[in-house]
Amino acid sequence: MTALADFLIALALAPLLPGIINRVKAFFAGRQGQSPFQLYYDLLKLLRKGAVYSTCATYVFRLGPVIGLAAMLGALAVMPGGSGDALHNFDGGIIFFAYLLALARFAAILAALDTGSSFEGMGASREALYSALAEPPLFVALAMLVKTTGGLSFEAAFPDAALLGGTPRLLAAAALFLVFLAENCRIPTDDPNTHLELTMMHEVMVLDHSGPDFAFISYGAALKMWVLGALTARFLLPFGPGFELRQEALFLAAMFAIALLTGVVESCMARLRLNRVPAMLLAALALSFAAFVTA
Amino acid sequence: MELLVLSFVILVLSGLCALFSRRFSFLSASCGPIGAVAASLCGLAAAIPALSSAPQTLALPWSLPGASFSLKLDQLSAFFLLPLFALCICAAVYSLRYVDKRRSESFFLFNLLAASMALVLTASNAVLFLVAWEVMTLVSFLFVVWDGADGESRQAGWTYLVATHIGTAFLLILFTLAWSRAGSAEFDAFPKAFQTLPFGAVAALAVLGFGTKAGFFPLHVWLPKAHPAAPSHISALMSGIMIKTGLYGILRMLTFCPPVPQWFGWLLIGIGIVSGVLGILLALGQHDIKKFLAYSSVENMGVIALGFGLGYAAQAQGRADIALLAFAGAFLHVLNHSLFKGLLFMAAGSVAHATGTRDMEKLGGLLRLMPVTGTCFLAGAAAISALPPFNGFISELLIYLGAFKSLPGSGPNALAGLAALTALAIIGALAAACFARAFGTAFLGLPRSAAAEHAHESPRQMTIPLVLLALLCLGIGALPSFFGRPAFTAAAALLNIQTQVPLPAMLFSAGWAGLSLAAVALALWLGRNLLFSGKKISSMPTWGCGYAAPTPRMQYTASSFAQPLLSAFGLNLKVKLEPVSGLFPRQAGFRSDAQDMARTRIYKPLFELVEDKLGLLRKIQHGSIHAYILYIAVALAFALGWALL
Repeated sequence: MTALADFLIALALAPLLPGIINRVKAFFAGRQGQSPFQLYYDLLKLLRKGAVYSTCATYVFRLGPVIGLAAMLGALAVMPGGSGDALHNFDGGIIFFAYLLALARFAAILAALDTGSSFEGMGASREALYSALAEPPLFVALAMLVKTTGGLSFEAAFPDAALLGGTPRLLAAAALFLVFLAENCRIPTDDPNTHLELTMMHEVMVLDHSGPDFAFISYGAALKMWVLGALTARFLLPFGPGFELRQEALFLAAMFAIALLTGVVESCMARLRLNRVPAMLLAALALSFAAFVTA
Repeated sequence: MELLVLSFVILVLSGLCALFSRRFSFLSASCGPIGAVAASLCGLAAAIPALSSAPQTLALPWSLPGASFSLKLDQLSAFFLLPLFALCICAAVYSLRYVDKRRSESFFLFNLLAASMALVLTASNAVLFLVAWEVMTLVSFLFVVWDGADGESRQAGWTYLVATHIGTAFLLILFTLAWSRAGSAEFDAFPKAFQTLPFGAVAALAVLGFGTKAGFFPLHVWLPKAHPAAPSHISALMSGIMIKTGLYGILRMLTFCPPVPQWFGWLLIGIGIVSGVLGILLALGQHDIKKFLAYSSVENMGVIALGFGLGYAAQAQGRADIALLAFAGAFLHVLNHSLFKGLLFMAAGSVAHATGTRDMEKLGGLLRLMPVTGTCFLAGAAAISALPPFNGFISELLIYLGAFKSLPGSGPNALAGLAALTALAIIGALAAACFARAFGTAFLGLPRSAAAEHAHESPRQMTIPLVLLALLCLGIGALPSFFGRPAFTAAAALLNIQTQVPLPAMLFSAGWAGLSLAAVALALWLGRNLLFSGKKISSMPTWGCGYAAPTPRMQYTASSFAQPLLSAFGLNLKVKLEPVSGLFPRQAGFRSDAQDMARTRIYKPLFELVEDKLGLLRKIQHGSIHAYILYIAVALAFALGWALL
């Protein structure tokens, strides 16, 4: 029951994260900025629209957003929220989680290639590279969790994460935050606000999507931010199962803090040159490896 | 056992029937594939019950020294027979329409190949094994040079023949050693013989000999040449089954020398990591769609080796629970890889058949022209990228679990587990990129050449096997608690657990997770259609920054897609760049080819060295018959003198 509540909270609040990031960026730029609820308005509007499809798009293009959103819902189902319970738990849930991210990416890359656009192919290729490099730090961080707790699902592993010292947990959270930035296509790997197709990554892959399809993609991206944020947050907040108001509040505060931090990073940093991004993800790998060794 | 023998008989008889029916009609040769299907059904009927029963044997005398026609069908053999016969059914049906010239010979050799592979997997006598092994090699060699008109396939055949016989040489040494110690060439006598041999020697000979067939890096160099050159249904059998016989050989030899030391597990993990990562990187650099699939086979053999390595390392440490998971994952991956690689090779064959080219850069937009083939290829691509809810995910999940479970506590096994799961993560991400690239370039977008523009869907005989295999991939992924049973039985047999092992509960949950994922996707799809009802849906050209006259040539190519990945992983690329130059540039181009480091760094220098040193021998080989007669006389005199002394 509490798991379902957490699931619904995530569904409801996920679009708030990009809103917070935008608000922080506006604050740093000295602008008024859009409402934090902007994404909700966008989604509602997009859902009411029709769509324009590229003449060369097949069913793969139409399926892409659906598969992507389904995968994110699946990932959310195995990731516990504030209560520490998840909707679906099994040994290997952590691997299922990682492969759902891969499934969403696979669908997005194929949908991008289906348009026959050079820009979208370029974005897809870069996305494939960065996600391949983001995989090892994620898995080593998970390995650290399993090494100490022995749990092979998030629900089983997180409560025992308290056994870990502060150092490994901080190191792993730092590594996962870098993965969070890369996977969610934020600065310093990708700039969601860029207006030049040549330099976009995630944005260029979805250029040809419109209407409800685009709503699915935007909502899926918000959910992805939520699950990866929750993963980072729960490394820092190891509490057990069961609903407690204090835990729930702490968890949500952590989620919003991560969004805040992302906004700060985006305001203070420029985007890295394309060929420097692998170095950043290698640094993430080094961090999570250090976490594994110290754990 | 009777059924298995019956299946051999049907295979050979229907093959002969096909061979001699040439003069009657185009159709009469079809008795070959029909016989193959019947034989495979018989074989499956023999193998499935054998999975859960005591080993059955059959021994008939044979006049060759040391040889006997002795067969043994135990759980290990039976498990490997499953993918063999399943794939044979599909490949035989596919060949009915795919093979259009020299049908009689092709069908005959197909049946012979299937029979020899089944014999390799069940032979229990060293001589019989080697004979079957050699028949399998020679028949597949004939298929590699099938289109021998072009130099490339002859070159491939030559490489294959040399490589595989170097491998067989190691096996000859191994079997002769065992034979001389045991006094018998029966496999049943080998355990005693292997006790007197150092394990290191046995392991080295088995890994070198069988590893060549299995395509472990760097022994794989023949594989990406030979597999693409063969007709596609044979490529499917070669990649799906034949390379697994190398793995079967290693496992069989290891059952003769228990206990397997821990270092051997680590060795297999190391082989697996190297084969997996380099295999998939090299696959990413290919343009030939079948060559790319062949490199991906190297990668998958790496994943399987990794699973078995984890299992042996855990077993040596007394952790049978971990070993069971890793072994079962590896076994299931053997089965899965046969299914999806067979599917992908045959789909690639249909593409080559329909367009006349295997070059990805010349394809494109085929999904609209070949919807069934394309959809099946997509299912195979998702399955081989280990995406849920397909079967590849289940087998890799089990191997992952084996790796994760070896982490708690410290010691070398924990480090091996960490290395294994990191490698699996990289392999998984790269495989997904690799197959997205292949499917995206060949089947999506717009046709890049006239050949691709005029492609057509293949006839039903060629699409039904694909659909069948795709459904099997999906079925295993959705119902792993049903299809996973044989893998766990085989794993338990390898661990010498006699009782029925309970399936882990996670297997059921993983299947349920995959199913609910599919259900959610379906619900979202219906919701999407509901949202669209009554809305305006229009069609426009793809957005090109306002450029209104895009051509298919402006699409992103497979080369460009792979370039950032390959250069990030530091792979040597042979880049062909025609830069834009002059005030009125005419044509520019970019093409990158991945260089196989095993070929350029190991074999080329090695063979050049050998050629250089052996060049001295050329002095005595000069074509003068008089001198040759003198050599013979000297040799005879020497032999006589030796005998007299």
